[in-house]
Amino acid sequence: MSKFKRRDFLKTSAVAAAGAAAGPFVWAGSAHAQWSNTPEKGAKLRVLRWKRFVQGDEDAYMANVKKFTEKTGIEVRVDHEGWEDVRPKAAVAANTGAGPDIILSTNDDANLYPDKLVDVTDLCEYLGKKYGGWYPVCQQYLKPDGKRWIGVPLGAAGNALVYRESAIKAAGYTSVPKDTAGFLSLMKGLKEKGMPGGFALGNATGDGNTWTHWLVWSHGGKLVNDKNQVVIDSPETVKALEYVKELYGTFVPGTLSWLDPNNNKAFLDGQVSLTANGISVYFAAKNSADPKIKEMTADINHSNFPIGPVGRPTEFNLFFNQMIFKYTKYPRAAKEFLRFMMEEEQVSPWLTASIGYVTPALTVYEKHPVWSDPKSVPYRDSMKIMLPSGYSGKMGYASAGALADFIIVNMVAEAASGSKTPKEAAERAQKRAERYYKV
Amino acid sequence: MHRLLDNRNVLGVLFLLPAGLLLVLFLTYPLGLGTWLGFTDVKIGRAGEFVGFENFRYLAGDAVAQLSLFNTFFYTVVASVHKFALGLWLAVLLNEHLPFKAFLRAIVLLPFIVPTALSAIAFWWIYDAQFSVISWTLQRMGLIDTYIDFLGDPWMARFSTIAANVWRGVPFIAICLLAGLQTISPSLYEAAALDGASGWQRFRHVTLPLLTPIIAVVMTFSVLFTFTDFQLIWALTRGGPVNATHLMATLSFQRAISGGALGEGAALATAMVPFLMAAILFSYFGLQRRAWQQGGSDR
Repeated sequence: MSKFKRRDFLKTSAVAAAGAAAGPFVWAGSAHAQWSNTPEKGAKLRVLRWKRFVQGDEDAYMANVKKFTEKTGIEVRVDHEGWEDVRPKAAVAANTGAGPDIILSTNDDANLYPDKLVDVTDLCEYLGKKYGGWYPVCQQYLKPDGKRWIGVPLGAAGNALVYRESAIKAAGYTSVPKDTAGFLSLMKGLKEKGMPGGFALGNATGDGNTWTHWLVWSHGGKLVNDKNQVVIDSPETVKALEYVKELYGTFVPGTLSWLDPNNNKAFLDGQVSLTANGISVYFAAKNSADPKIKEMTADINHSNFPIGPVGRPTEFNLFFNQMIFKYTKYPRAAKEFLRFMMEEEQVSPWLTASIGYVTPALTVYEKHPVWSDPKSVPYRDSMKIMLPSGYSGKMGYASAGALADFIIVNMVAEAASGSKTPKEAAERAQKRAERYYKV
Repeated sequence: MHRLLDNRNVLGVLFLLPAGLLLVLFLTYPLGLGTWLGFTDVKIGRAGEFVGFENFRYLAGDAVAQLSLFNTFFYTVVASVHKFALGLWLAVLLNEHLPFKAFLRAIVLLPFIVPTALSAIAFWWIYDAQFSVISWTLQRMGLIDTYIDFLGDPWMARFSTIAANVWRGVPFIAICLLAGLQTISPSLYEAAALDGASGWQRFRHVTLPLLTPIIAVVMTFSVLFTFTDFQLIWALTRGGPVNATHLMATLSFQRAISGGALGEGAALATAMVPFLMAAILFSYFGLQRRAWQQGGSDR
């Protein structure tokens, strides 16, 4: 279903947003950060990246690429593919030893073929020093052995609660409660007022996985423990599933069939007053040509997910990496390209143009003016409060396979809809996950 | 050399060679490779080793794979039966003398012409939990209180996807059967009418037997298309809710491409082949008996 992605809402809008952003972002780089690198003579680069979710992202990215070519004389060809298609292509490239020199991909991809990737430790250390350091979750994704960086983190597409302020007020709240118990009563209130919330429970790769992982983790459940043993069938998981059963009772009807685009549509149509999404819904409304939707902008606000019994944030966001493949003829040029794109002079306009859709992986950008709109603050913290894919085990084929097979989403959907008891659903998930983690 | 080229047999082989090469290169090789992959533990991005029937054993014990097998059979049988009944009915209707006959026949083909991905999107909106035009209409008419959960309830989702498949598949069958109907000589109907046969009797004893060879071919194709359907499900439900509409083809894609388990996905796809072979053999040996077609009965 590639035809109705959120980016389509935004094609015309994000460019306008780019111009409207606040003043320049000046960062005096750390004097300790040293970088020297001479790209190969006559180097040419091919880059494959995921297709934009917001138009401003692509425009600013390509402007930066052009700048790089002008400065260095290195020709760069960039191909864009739907984000779910980049994964298999990157894997095939790694396997066959031919393809783009640099691939921007998602989640735990780099962990599937770490030995096929160019060591970028020097670059990551340089960037980390210069820009306030990487968020810890980056190291879990791209520094698996604690020593070598196998890719350069780009950031994450933040996923947060999107809600209508008027509906929350009608339900007797001024903001979204910070705990899961309070959140449940808010959702009940919303339903009573005829403005229910809803989260995707279909096989939705993005919107289904993000919130169900938050839910399970927030109650202390997880697919695997530190030793990669499957432990999803636990009392904590059952508690999470009992919670979601009650929560599901407050949902708008039909969420079991929701795929990635459904919540955006339902929210912008005013049928749903609270859901989880990237920042794109807000900007779709803000820049909509339809006056009725535009009017909604003032009423839209965001919040991070509530904190469950585990007592700390447990969010799950789509992580973006940048990998250089060993087969490239121009590893130094490729490194130079990534360095250039990650320098503040390039990141800042790109971040502004992409309206903060991607939360950067370097901590210094927390202070970037793109977050000056208070409504965007929950997305600013996406990298800080997220847990990695395959938490809390190792990343690799098992974690990627289990995620792609919707084990967590299906478990939550079964328990929520009542087609299975929480215990049964957890047992089924345990069995399915064990097949991936091969006990 | 010259003499060799004059030899009919050599020449025949030579002429067959290009077509044969194309078939081997683009059909036999991929099919063989797919089957081979099914017997390995290859992952996307990592070479695999031969593991024998491990993948198949694994899938046999996998609840989701079992469910997809059931779904595939249910989907194929229910959709094919409906497509056949509606298609035959439509063909018989179109074979009558109707005003604007050519125009009507062209219109009937429309659902078949529209790309599957496009019609799937139309159905996706029709079945949408919040925006369904069917639910909207029924609600306005005061017939229902809440929107119908077309794709959210397992059985509703199965029947909804089948309905979409039937809508798409009927024209193909109708037009093919119509072609078959037009080959039946009118004199047979005249003879039957003179013998005092009723409309139903003419259909049962003239039309049906003569149409059987076409029916066999058309239904074989229809069953094959339905059994291997992918696009419609992928666009409408992605196999959801809770895998209730996952067909073997969609699950195979999910496991192999999204999940990276190429070997397992290939095994799942290979597991479809015996069923497809059975469907073909059934139509060849079961439906193409000459004796029956000529009004006799099977011994």
